[in-house]
Order: sequence, then C-alpha cells, then structure tokens
Amino acid sequence: METAMPEAPPETIPAAPIEPAAAPPDSRGDIVVEIDDVNFSYDRKKDVLRDITMDIRRNEVTAFIGPSGCGKSTLLRCFNRMNDLIPGAAITKGRIRILDTNIYDPAVDVIELRKHIGMVFQKYNPFPKSIYENVAYGLRIQGIRNKSVLDQAVEESLVAAGLWEEVKDRLDASGLGLSGGQQQRLCIARTIAVQPRIILMDEPCSALDPISTTTIEDLITRLKDQYTIVIVTHNMQQAARVSDKTAFFYLGELIEFNDTLQIFSAPHKRATEDYISGRFG
Amino acid sequence: MDTTTTDPDAPAPRGKANPFAARSPRRRLIERGVRQMLHLATYFILLCAFFIFGDIFVKGAPVIFGKQYPGFVNTRFFTHSPETLVVFENPEGEEFRLDYQEFEAFKAANPDFVVAKEQRNSYSGGGILGPLVGTALLTLICIVVALFIGLAAAIYLNEYGSHGRFMNAIRLAILNLAGVPSIVFGLFGLGLFCLTFPLIVGEANLRAGAPAFELFHSGVYLSFQGFGISMLAGGLTLAVMILPVIITACEESLKAIPMGFREASLALGATKWQSIRTAVLPYALPGMLTASVLGITRVAGETAPIMFTAAAAHKDKLPWQEAGEGGFLGFFGQSVQAMPYHIYTVAARIPQSEYTKPMQYGSVFVFMVLVMLLASLSVYLRIHFRGKLKW
Repeated sequence: METAMPEAPPETIPAAPIEPAAAPPDSRGDIVVEIDDVNFSYDRKKDVLRDITMDIRRNEVTAFIGPSGCGKSTLLRCFNRMNDLIPGAAITKGRIRILDTNIYDPAVDVIELRKHIGMVFQKYNPFPKSIYENVAYGLRIQGIRNKSVLDQAVEESLVAAGLWEEVKDRLDASGLGLSGGQQQRLCIARTIAVQPRIILMDEPCSALDPISTTTIEDLITRLKDQYTIVIVTHNMQQAARVSDKTAFFYLGELIEFNDTLQIFSAPHKRATEDYISGRFG
Repeated sequence: MDTTTTDPDAPAPRGKANPFAARSPRRRLIERGVRQMLHLATYFILLCAFFIFGDIFVKGAPVIFGKQYPGFVNTRFFTHSPETLVVFENPEGEEFRLDYQEFEAFKAANPDFVVAKEQRNSYSGGGILGPLVGTALLTLICIVVALFIGLAAAIYLNEYGSHGRFMNAIRLAILNLAGVPSIVFGLFGLGLFCLTFPLIVGEANLRAGAPAFELFHSGVYLSFQGFGISMLAGGLTLAVMILPVIITACEESLKAIPMGFREASLALGATKWQSIRTAVLPYALPGMLTASVLGITRVAGETAPIMFTAAAAHKDKLPWQEAGEGGFLGFFGQSVQAMPYHIYTVAARIPQSEYTKPMQYGSVFVFMVLVMLLASLSVYLRIHFRGKLKW
C-alpha cells in the first residue's frame, strides 16, 4: 500500500461525538492502523525505532512485547501522538495511517485524533475528583453539559468497564478511594466514555495484583467486540491470554509479528523463541 | 588467655597492649570542640529570637492588654490613627496625657485650667488604625497583581516553555530580580510608577511637566505622568519585588502535579489549556495560595519600596474618608500610612522620650503578632491541604 502523501480530508476522522464504535461484523479484520516503514527518534540523532512495518486490525487485540527499552511503548505513543509532548521527538521516516489518514499530516488536529484513540496508562491515574466526574471528564471538556447525556454516558462506560456494580452507590466518592484495580478500571471507563475507535494500553496491569490483573484481562477480552485494542505488556502470559496478534520488539526493531498462537507455539525467529522462553530479556 | 575468654569483664592482661587504645587525644579534642561550636551557633539563633520576641512582648503587650476587664484590650489603639500626644501638668504637678484634639477640646471646655509644663510628642498618641489600613490595602494590591502575573508566568515557564537559551535567560532574570536590594525597588517604583507610568487623563488632571499627547483632539490625553505617591504605585512596586518569590512558588506547585494528570487529560482529547485548567491548576492552587500567604508576610513588612512610592508619615483621614474625586484611581491614587513606615517614623524620626515608648512598642508588637498569625496561617494551610490532596 505505497501511497503518495495522502491529501486526505480531515473529515476522514469524523467529528465527535461519533456513532457507536461497534463495527458491523463483516468489517472485523479491516486494517485500522497501518504502520509503514517507520523510524522514530527522540533527539533526531539516534533512531529508537527502525523500519517498523505492521498492520493492526479492527476488533483485535494486538500485544506488543519485548524487553525494556525496545521501543514498544514509544510506538504505542506514536498512535495518539503523545510523543508530541516531548521536545525534539518525531517520526523520521515512513508514516502511520489510522483509518486511512496519515496522522502526522498537518491537516490532522491532534485533539480530534486523541478523541478517537483512547489511552490507558501504566500507572492508573484517576483525577482527584469524584468517580462520576472522572468518567464525565472527557465529555465535559468537549463541552457536553446536558446532565442526562452525561449520566447515561457515565453509567454505560462504567458498565462496560465492569465497575458499575461496585460503585453505583457512591459515584460522588473520590476516585482515589478505590482499590488499584478499580482505579485502573475507572481509567478504562474514562477512556471509553469518549467513545474512541482504538484503545491503547501501556502496561495496564503492571502495577496491579494478580486478581485485579485477571479482572482487567477479562475486561480486555470483552471490550474487543467494540474496540480495537493495542496493549503493551511485559507479561508474556498476559499477551498469550488476551491477544490475537503479538508483535515482538527488540532493540528498536520489529523482530516478529504474527498470530499470538503462532508466536507462542512456533516462533519463526530465534530471538523471539529465546525471549518468550525466558532466556533473555 | 582462658581468663579473657571466660570472663570478658576482666581487665586486659598487664603488658599486653590494647590494640584499640586512642592514639592521639587531639583528635578527640577537636571532635568535641567542633561539636560545641556548632551547638553554640544554634543556640545563638535561639537567643536572638528569644530576646527579640521577649523584649517586644514584655514592653508591647501592656500597651494592648490592660489588667482589668473593661479595659482588657486597649481598643483605642486600633480605632484611632497616630496623633500628637500632649503631656501636661496642672499647677499641682499632676500629670495628664491627651491626644492633641482631645487636648484642644479639653482646653475649650475648661478655659480656666492652667496648663503647666506642656510637652508635645508627635505621632505618639492615638492608635495605629491608619497604618494598619494602609498596609492592608498595599498588600491587597500587591498580592492581586503579583499573583496574576506570577501565576501566568509560572504556567508559561512550566507548561509551555521549552528548554531553550531564551528560557534560561528568563530564569536568570527572575533569579537576579530576587537579589535586587529593596531600596532599589523603591527607587525603581518611584521612577516608573510614580513619575512616568502612562495614564489616560482628561485635561484637568494633567500633571504639569509630564510629556502628554492628546488623543485624536478629544480632550483626552495620554500622559506619562505616573500615579504619583500613591497606594497603586506602592502596591505595584511591592508586586514587582515579590514576583520572583511568587513565580518560583507557583512553579514548584505546578511541578508537584503528577505528569499522569496532564497525560490522561490530553489523551482524552483536551487541549493544552483545557488540561492545565481542569487537571493541573485545581490541584496546584492550594500550594500556590500557601506560598502567597508567606509572600504577603514579606511584603507587609517591607519599608524601603514604599517609602518613596506610597507611604506618608501622617494622614488625618483614612483613605475612604478623604474627599477625593472618587473612582478607582481616586481611591487608590492616595498616599497612605503603612505599618513599617510608621514604625520607622516613631523609632527614628521623632525625639525619643518615655512618652513615645508605648506607641513604639505597641506598634511593633501588633505588627509582629499579625505577621506571625499570617505565617501560622500559611503553615496551617499547608498541613490542611497536604491531608486533603493526595495522589
């Protein structure tokens, strides 16, 4: 799919609020994120990502694995351009197309982009606000004030994040009063509330205990029906449990990208096998 | 050898050298000497604080607090402005103390009273209402202006500015500003705010000698005439002086907010300003306020910046009693009395006598208590918010 610099109209990413993200069943497997020969550098001297080419498909869970410093989080943060926050950081080669739009095109408004690509962080970071306000935050900053709209969105998001039953009686309590796993699910609810197409998860369970981790993993599996999910993880069992596709990164390069089953049962590359069997990393 | 193993308390056998014996007593001496010196230095501070507070408390408190109930608090000290104190005796040698206006009234009421040994002590009668009000107003102007500019600058420096050469120059400027002596700020304020600050005024209010330009033949002038000796000039001068402190404090508060809040907000599609306004500032404000209260205590006590720009040694009336032409500039364009300048006046610019002492010590005592209350408020706020805002 070598295309010229697409002069894609910005409407390719529709204005929010968008229609429900649930895709018709036959569209499962469409390419949502298309990474084409990407290099990335933090200082324009040394590339921390090199020649990355891969496709991420609709309603699948794609896991990025690899040792620390291999660039998997950096790539994830390219998708919603969080790397823009770091002075000097930029893609130095290739392009990333999401929903057929080059997201680094000047016509793309990064604010609109981020409304469509939600992110869940490693360290759960609810605001020191009430549970309700945490979930409503994304809608409020879009200017939505209608109480019934907000109420409905908050309930739906909390239900989708599997937190509703636990917090429905104390929506006004501080989000910081929840347990770690609940706080992370609150962050997921907050992300879902703005109805993104893609959810990026940057090691979402690394600060959680095993039981909370299981809850989140179940949640990821359920969310797959509505969202496209990319998850960075250090936990290979987790990648094996939740993902459909797995990408193994090493030293800034994409070593192997394939069906998770294939990667974990019969990897094609020696380095992949060494890593998943725990011989390095 | 067995004795040492069976009885550890037994003295070391004679003739056998103790391998751990002190080699040089000098080392131990130096160690002890250094320790004592550090000790003394610390106690010296304590001693200073004790004498300052003790002296002011012992001599100042009786001015404010009486012994019996109806006069338990000397309210007069807080409801009157400084006046001339007249001390006089009647022919029998009985001593009276009256403020000047009371003295005049007394003389008018008792025309046949023979005043003997009349002595006038300027600024030593009445109370300190005028200086208190003046200091409050100056501090108010200062903190409003300084907080607004300081907060804006801190947000820019911490959230928007990148780490370029220009930014470093700005930070250096802030640092240097903090080191400028306060008397220099006073002169700067006199030059800029009192004498040359551009104002838009009608023809009637033009100050002679100031460069002025008529705007479009409207009879309204842009005049570089400044605010004159006024609260506005003084407050602005104090604001410039306190800016480095406020900027630094605000920046520290902003730095204490976890990056995660900003990232989460941005990742939800907030603009930069939205994320600062909704996910950073609300949690940084308590820290900023705490620091500002400390800033207030500092500007409230400054004398040098206001002595050229705002302070008057004597005013008959409070700002709102003055028959000005009204309006914002009319009110804040007046000069005021201020606590530090008042203390300077009664301590250094009037002839000293036993009759001036109550005013001197009373003023210092009240002022010190006020500043200490503010400082405690700041500490209280810090503890209060530390408990409330945790993440």
